[in-house]
Amino acid sequence: MKLIVAIILTALLSFAGGLYFPWWSIALAAFISALLIPMRSGKAFLSGFLGVFILWALLAWSIDIKNQGILSKKIAEIFPLGGSSFLLILVTAIIGALVGGVAAMSASFLRGKK
Amino acid sequence: MRIIPFIISAIGTLVLIFLLNKKWGSIPPLGKFLSPQHGFWQNAESANADFNADLEFPDMKGKVNVYFDERLVPHVFADNNEDLYFVQGYLHAKFRLFQMELQTMYAAGRLSEIIGNNPAIIKVDRETRRSGMVYAAENSLKEFEADPLSKATCDAYTAGINAYIESLKEAQLPVEYKLLDYKPEKWSNLKIALFLKQMSRTLAGSVDDLELTNEKSFIPFSEFKILYPEVPDSLIPIIPAGTKFDPPGIIPVKPASADSVYFGKKDTISVAEIIKQDPDNGSNNWAVAGIKTKSGAPILCNDPHLDLTFPSIWYEMQLNSPDVNVYGATFPGSPNVIIGFNDNIAWGVTNAQRDVKDFYEIKFKDDTKKQYWFNNQWLSTQLHVDTIKVRGADDVYDTVAYTFFGPVMFDKSFPDTLSKDKAIACRWAAHDPSNEGLTFYKLNRAKTYDDYSDAIKTYACPGQNFVFASKTGDIAIWQQAKFPARWFGQGMMVMPGEDSSYMWQGFIPQYENPHAINPPQGFLVSANQRPVDSAYSYFIPGNYINARAISINHHLQNMEQVTVDDMKKLQNDYFNVTAEDARPLLFKYLRENDLTSDAKKYLDIVRNWDLKAAPDSKGQTVYQLWWDSLAVEVWKDELMKVQPAVVVPNQQTLLEALLKDSAFKYIDNVNTPQKESLYDVVTMAFAKASVQLAKEDKAGTLEWTKHKSPRIYHLLRASLLPFSRPIPVGGNGDVINATTVTHGPSWRMIVQLTETTEAYGVYPGGQSGNPGSKFYDNFVDSWARGQYYLLWMMKRSETSDKKLKWTMNFSTK
Repeated sequence: MKLIVAIILTALLSFAGGLYFPWWSIALAAFISALLIPMRSGKAFLSGFLGVFILWALLAWSIDIKNQGILSKKIAEIFPLGGSSFLLILVTAIIGALVGGVAAMSASFLRGKK
Repeated sequence: MRIIPFIISAIGTLVLIFLLNKKWGSIPPLGKFLSPQHGFWQNAESANADFNADLEFPDMKGKVNVYFDERLVPHVFADNNEDLYFVQGYLHAKFRLFQMELQTMYAAGRLSEIIGNNPAIIKVDRETRRSGMVYAAENSLKEFEADPLSKATCDAYTAGINAYIESLKEAQLPVEYKLLDYKPEKWSNLKIALFLKQMSRTLAGSVDDLELTNEKSFIPFSEFKILYPEVPDSLIPIIPAGTKFDPPGIIPVKPASADSVYFGKKDTISVAEIIKQDPDNGSNNWAVAGIKTKSGAPILCNDPHLDLTFPSIWYEMQLNSPDVNVYGATFPGSPNVIIGFNDNIAWGVTNAQRDVKDFYEIKFKDDTKKQYWFNNQWLSTQLHVDTIKVRGADDVYDTVAYTFFGPVMFDKSFPDTLSKDKAIACRWAAHDPSNEGLTFYKLNRAKTYDDYSDAIKTYACPGQNFVFASKTGDIAIWQQAKFPARWFGQGMMVMPGEDSSYMWQGFIPQYENPHAINPPQGFLVSANQRPVDSAYSYFIPGNYINARAISINHHLQNMEQVTVDDMKKLQNDYFNVTAEDARPLLFKYLRENDLTSDAKKYLDIVRNWDLKAAPDSKGQTVYQLWWDSLAVEVWKDELMKVQPAVVVPNQQTLLEALLKDSAFKYIDNVNTPQKESLYDVVTMAFAKASVQLAKEDKAGTLEWTKHKSPRIYHLLRASLLPFSRPIPVGGNGDVINATTVTHGPSWRMIVQLTETTEAYGVYPGGQSGNPGSKFYDNFVDSWARGQYYLLWMMKRSETSDKKLKWTMNFSTK
């Protein structure tokens, strides 16, 4: 349960932060969430990871649908991901998720015991 | 608290963020770039994007309404001219900011600031600066800022661009900025001047003087009239033959020493310009008078041939204020409409192709470049120290000496320190103060022939053929620029620069520039051919192109009751007029029996060819490879001796030489003991071409469009290949539909000046510069198919028209 709450909180804070602050505000969002909700380091990582993963995947996916894949196909060739919008959304989400994960894990260490 | 794990993971987090926030080589900062709220996803424009907006700017005086139609063409209605140009600047920036900045950075020799430490790019920046591009732009800026009208226009335009840049949030940066990880800087009036100088460089910027200087050491100058004839036999000039010209207002005098120290002197120049203009730069325009049209009203057509790029160099607009109502193609980077029409007239431009750039050999006193020998004394140079900022590396300093002629482009330090070459200064008409913008400002408002001729009078560079038609029934054309009056041979090669005797002695008086109005033939054509026949008294070298003008003239001569549809067909015509003359010659001198049966297979293709350079034409491919192979057979043995580069005589020259004289002396291969005949070289050329043809056949690329594989590239070329698009078209530089590989008709326009103007146009691109927008390339298919859009001159009363999709309202705070 805690994990799910942390994931949702991370996603919400990340989204709000993204409106006003640079992209790395997702790290702060995951960090704060894991500070507020005590978890073991492994779970904390997962909460940060999944919170940002879900947010970024959903945002990218919804933008991509509205754009009819025009840009994602081109960027997925530049990268190169074989022009696959799906892979590009996946890479996007994983990059964000990694930052969220390690940030949340740091918070769990700072907080100490669960 | 677990302090050590915390420190480790906190540092790990920060390092990860750092790594993902930084550009690595060509990999953009991944975190920033991929963030859906900041990075490229923000450029993925919704297919149902809403362009409606209400905007307020304190810089404005009144209000402006912008109505976007379904093609995203803005129809701008302003209360006054300043606000009109403010909004033009704003819209250019909103839809095309990246290209505007890149092109002007290129023009200023500042690409290294964006691209980073790349020796080739630094060299390009150095050459740009050494050719005097910034000097030219500064001279131009002074000139147009001294004119209150021009200054007000440019100030407003610049303010509009900056208003957009200042409102830009990180997430809204064009995707190219995100890929390259940099930010736009403020716009300035100097950038407008730089943009126009970039057009001068593209269209009147490179000449063959350096190559020809070397060539005269191997081939006597007297041969040049054969290799590069002044007036081709087949020329149909812009100004109809038989036109009487005024006696020359200026008679330039050849220096007494010219034969010995200029024409006859053997010389070697080991340097060459890096930035060369495309030899296919050219264009078609023509006007047909009412006597030849079905409607009885004149029709004006124009298709400028330039590099086809994404985003396009053109942006379509209607501009309306109390004193102007004009529609057409605009240059993002400069105010006004450049090619278009208003309620009274239409105009178009093609390139004049004339040589307005010369080189002089300078004698410096020593390596400090502080003094040079001129008119029997040591004069001081002006030394400009250029600082080239290089992204991620130390600044590069370059010292350029300015002389009486202009900047010393080449010297011991450039292009490299190894060549130990001569000091060569550049005299270029684009260096002189001028105000080209004013010409377009006035043309946008012109109502009559007199307004038009007054508008173009002050236009200086690059030389253009301004074609004109009006609702009063007039058609006209002027080849306009400030052209130096040259003595015969002046400026073809590098000239002595130790005194004033080889300098330009003056300019051809403006009224003597080639022009024609309402000719009896009922039409006027320019397609980069020589403007006049030999009756014109001035020596006017240039890289003229002959074939398209012949094609267009033939068509128009034989046409009556001309309609807009006829003109659409003509602009898209694939007929190869050079091949029409060349093919019989080739077959006449071909020894078929000497060919292998494999080769004969291709012979039938070209024998049965309909002479059209259509996309699926195999005949065009066979013909072109055969002809190119023949050109190598004829010229290569003599000209390959010339180092480092040679000016290969053009196709028309070879054709005319062979038609005139089947024993033309260059036919013989001087490297063989026997004497080759035209039969030998034509047959040899086909045998060699057929080897290549067999390869293409096997690869399935014998069809013309597959052979040349034309493509519209993004401005950043191969580095952003996914932003480009192949275009399945035919055409060639000598065909009216002049698409080559990356180059071609960049805007096609047809305007019939009936009481209600009927206008059509199309360009290979789209109104948005954003690769993530459906408006990025939505005109390309229509353009490739030869289709047009109706160019709608909207009236203020038509704001509820169904074609209108979005409205932007601009007002002062």
